Amino acid sequence: MATKLKPVDVVTIGVGLTGTILAQELASTGLKVVGIERGRWRDTEHDFAMPGVHDELKYVRNKELMQDLSRETITFRNNASETALPMRQLGSFLPGEGVGGAAVHWGGLTWRFLPWDFETRSQTLARYGAKQVSEECTMQDWGVSYAELEPHFNRFEYLYGVSGKAGNLNGKIIPGGNPFEGARSQEYPNPPLKTAYSSALFAKAAQSMGYKPFPVPTAANSRAYKNEYGQTIAACVYCGYCQFFACEMGAKGSPQTAVLPVLMKNPNYELRTLCNVTKINLDSEKKRAVSVTYVDSRGREFEQPAELILLTSYVLNNTRLMLLSGVGKPYDPATNTGVVGRNYAYQTPSSVTCFFEDKNFNAFMGAGGLGIAIDEFNGDNFDHSGLEFIGGGFIQAGSNGARPIEVRPVPQGTPRWGSEWKKAAAKYFNRNFSITIQGACQSYRGNYLDLDPTYRDAYGLPLLRMTFDRRDNETKMSDWLTNKAAEIAKAIRPSKMNVNPRRGKYTIVPYQSTHNTGGTVMGADPNSSVVNKYLQSWDVHNVFVIGAGNFPQNGGYNPTGTVGALTFQALEAIKTKYLKRPGALA
Amino acid sequence: MSNRRQFLKSAAALGAAIPAGAAAQTKSDHDKQHAHNMRQAAAAQPRPYMFLSQDEVAFLDAAVSHLIPKDELGPGAKEAGVTYFIDQQLFGGYGSMARKYTQGPWPEGTPQQGYQSPLTPAAVYRAGIRDTNAYCQKTYGKTFGALARAQQDEVLKGLDGGKIELEQVRSPFFFNMLLANTIEGFFADPVYGGNRDKAGWKLVGFPGVAAVYTSFIEKHNVPYKAQPVSIADITGRLAKVDEYGHPIHVMLDDDQAGA
Repeated sequence: MATKLKPVDVVTIGVGLTGTILAQELASTGLKVVGIERGRWRDTEHDFAMPGVHDELKYVRNKELMQDLSRETITFRNNASETALPMRQLGSFLPGEGVGGAAVHWGGLTWRFLPWDFETRSQTLARYGAKQVSEECTMQDWGVSYAELEPHFNRFEYLYGVSGKAGNLNGKIIPGGNPFEGARSQEYPNPPLKTAYSSALFAKAAQSMGYKPFPVPTAANSRAYKNEYGQTIAACVYCGYCQFFACEMGAKGSPQTAVLPVLMKNPNYELRTLCNVTKINLDSEKKRAVSVTYVDSRGREFEQPAELILLTSYVLNNTRLMLLSGVGKPYDPATNTGVVGRNYAYQTPSSVTCFFEDKNFNAFMGAGGLGIAIDEFNGDNFDHSGLEFIGGGFIQAGSNGARPIEVRPVPQGTPRWGSEWKKAAAKYFNRNFSITIQGACQSYRGNYLDLDPTYRDAYGLPLLRMTFDRRDNETKMSDWLTNKAAEIAKAIRPSKMNVNPRRGKYTIVPYQSTHNTGGTVMGADPNSSVVNKYLQSWDVHNVFVIGAGNFPQNGGYNPTGTVGALTFQALEAIKTKYLKRPGALA
Repeated sequence: MSNRRQFLKSAAALGAAIPAGAAAQTKSDHDKQHAHNMRQAAAAQPRPYMFLSQDEVAFLDAAVSHLIPKDELGPGAKEAGVTYFIDQQLFGGYGSMARKYTQGPWPEGTPQQGYQSPLTPAAVYRAGIRDTNAYCQKTYGKTFGALARAQQDEVLKGLDGGKIELEQVRSPFFFNMLLANTIEGFFADPVYGGNRDKAGWKLVGFPGVAAVYTSFIEKHNVPYKAQPVSIADITGRLAKVDEYGHPIHVMLDDDQAGA
C-alpha cells in the first residue's frame, strides 16, 4: 500500500530542463514544490570531473548519461501491420536520465522555430493549396504564434546564456545574423563562438553562391556569463567532448549550470531522486488530478498529493504517463479520434561529408553547436511550388568534436575493415568535415504513440509503443536539401564527397537525433490537441504538460530553444492566470 | 599521389619516432625515469583473461588481426590488445547487456528494429566462435586460428556477407558485433585494456583527453600535433594539467607527426 504524504502545491514529474525552470519560478512565489526524478543526482563538480569525463567508450558507447533501458524502454515498429519489438539498446535517439535530463548531454544548439513553423497548416494551404500536402498528413497550427512566444524565447536565451548573432532585431535585418529568423526583441546575450576552419570554408562558399551564412546559436557559452539567477556559466574551451557528454567546465547551458544551484537553496523546493512516478491519480470524475504515485529506490510506494501537477519528463515518458493514468483520450489511428499519442514526429537529418588531401581540420576540437549555417532552405523560406513537399531545414558546417570510435568517416567505396580501411581512417580522420542538414518531419495519421500490448517495464506496466516511418514528403525534402548542400560542398572542392540523403525506412539502430516530438501536442482544438496554448491539459485542468511533445510536427531545427520558450509560456499562464483562478484557461 | 606517399612516409616515421607508451611532458629527468618505470611495470604485468577461453583467445587474436591489421602504418588490433579489451568487455556490463532491455519474447524482427537476440553479447561470442570453428573444421580440417591467413580472410568475408551460415547466431550479427568491438578496443581510452601505447590514437592523430583549444580553434589548416594523453596519464600524474584538470599537451616535432 502506498504511504500517503503531506500535500504540496506543485509536483514536477522529471527534473530536467523544463522541470527545473518551473520549479525555481514557482517555489520563488512561495509555493511548496517537489521535484520527482527517476534518475540520480548529478552535478558538475563531482559527476562531470576531469579526466574521466573525456571517455568516449563510457559516454558514447555505454551511454552513461542516458536512460537505463533495463527498467523501461519503448517498443517500435515502422507501421501498424508489424509487431512492435522492444528497443533493447539505445541508438536513434538518446533520452537522458538523472537530474538535468537530456539537457546535460545535449549539443547546445538553441534555435527559435520560424514564425511560419507555428502556422504550418494554414500558411501552407494559403500559399500552395491542399494539393501540396498528402491526405494522410496531420500537420496543424500550434495555437500560439511566434510573436506570443518571442518574450519567452528571449528569456530562455538569457537564462542559458546563448551565444549567437541576431539577424532580425525588432524587424530590422542585421548583417551577419540569420535574416530569416522571426523578429527578436534583443541581441543574444553572448557573442558567437569562434569560427572553425570547416565553418569558414562553408561560409565562404555559401556567400559566393549568394546565401547569407551566420553563426549557429548555441548554449556553449562564448564567454563567462552571469544569468538572472546569479549563476555563472563558464566559457567554452572547444574541447570537443560536448554532445553526448557533460561539460566539465560548466560552460554549457543546462539545469546544472543555469538553475539547480539556486533552486537547491530554495527552502520551498524538495528534490526526490531515484523515485519513479508510475501514475497520476485523478478524482472520481476524472476532471482533476489529486496526486502522483511513485516508487522509491527502496521499493517503497508513496502517494504525493498536489494542487498542480507538471509533466516535465522527456517526450516519450510524458505521453506514456498520460496514457497509463487516463489523462486525456488516447489517440485511435483507425478512427483518427482521440489525442494522446497523436502526431508523433521526428527529424530528417542528412549530410554531405567532404574529404580533402591537403587540408587539416583538427576534427577533434569544437563544441556541439560550433558551426556556421544558412537558413535559405528552411521552413517556407523558399518557394515550394512544384517541389512536391513542404518544410525544409537549416544547413550547416562546423566542428563538433570527432572522436575515433564513433566519428571516423571514410570515402564511399572504402572497405569496412582491413588494410585499405585502416589507411583511409588514418588519412581522413582530421581531413574531413560534414555539412549537415536538420530536415523537418511532418506528422501523419499512421505515426503515433500508444501502449504496447506485450512488453512491460520493471514495474509491470506496459511500455510505450512507437509506430513511425518517414513519408514521401520527408524523402523528397531530404533529397532536395542534401542536393543543395552538395552544391555548396562542390564549391569547396573536396577530393571526395559522401552524399547521404535520408532514404528508406526509418530505423532505430543508428543515431540520428534526440528530437522526438508530438504525442502531447498543443493546439486550439481539443479534438486535435492534448493541451491548450498554455500547455494545460484540456481534460484535467491542474495538469500541465511541457516539452517537445507539444510540437504538432517538427521543424527544421533542433527543438530545445522552442522547448525553453514553451516552458516560460506555461509558467506565465500558471503565474498570471491559473494561480489566480484555477480552472480551464482556454 | 605525392600527398599520399608523403603521408604514408611520415606516418611510418610516427610509429618509429615515438617510444612505446610515450606519455606527456614530465618536469624533470627524475619524473621521466619514474614514468618509464611505471610503464615497464604496467607492461610486465600479466593480463589474465576473465571471460575468454584459450580457444576463444586464439580465434580473436587471429580475427582482429584481419579487421585492423599490423602494417606499415603501425600496430594492428591484435598488437593494441583488442582481444584483451573484448575479454574485459564481455566479462563486464557490456557482455551481460547491462542497462539494456532483456525481457522476451524475442522474435527476430526487422532490421529496422535492431538488436532482438535473446543472447547477451557474451553469449553471442561464445556461440559465434564455436560455430565458426566448427565451420572451419568441416571446411578446412582446422579451427579458425590455425588456418592460413588467406583462408581466415575468406572466412571473415563469408561471415561479413552472410554467406557462411552459423547454427546459433546469424553470421552478420556476430561479425558486426566483433567489428564494432574491435574498433572500440582500438580507439577507446587504454584504461579499458585495448589501444595499447595509444596505437589507435596515434594512427589517426587524436590527442585523447582534450586540452583547452580556445587559442587553437581559429588556426585554420594548422595541424595540432600532440602526444596523446590517456586518463591514466592524468590520474597517474604522468601528464601535467591545468586548473580544471585538462592536460597540457606536449606537441610533437614535425618529423614525429604524420597524421
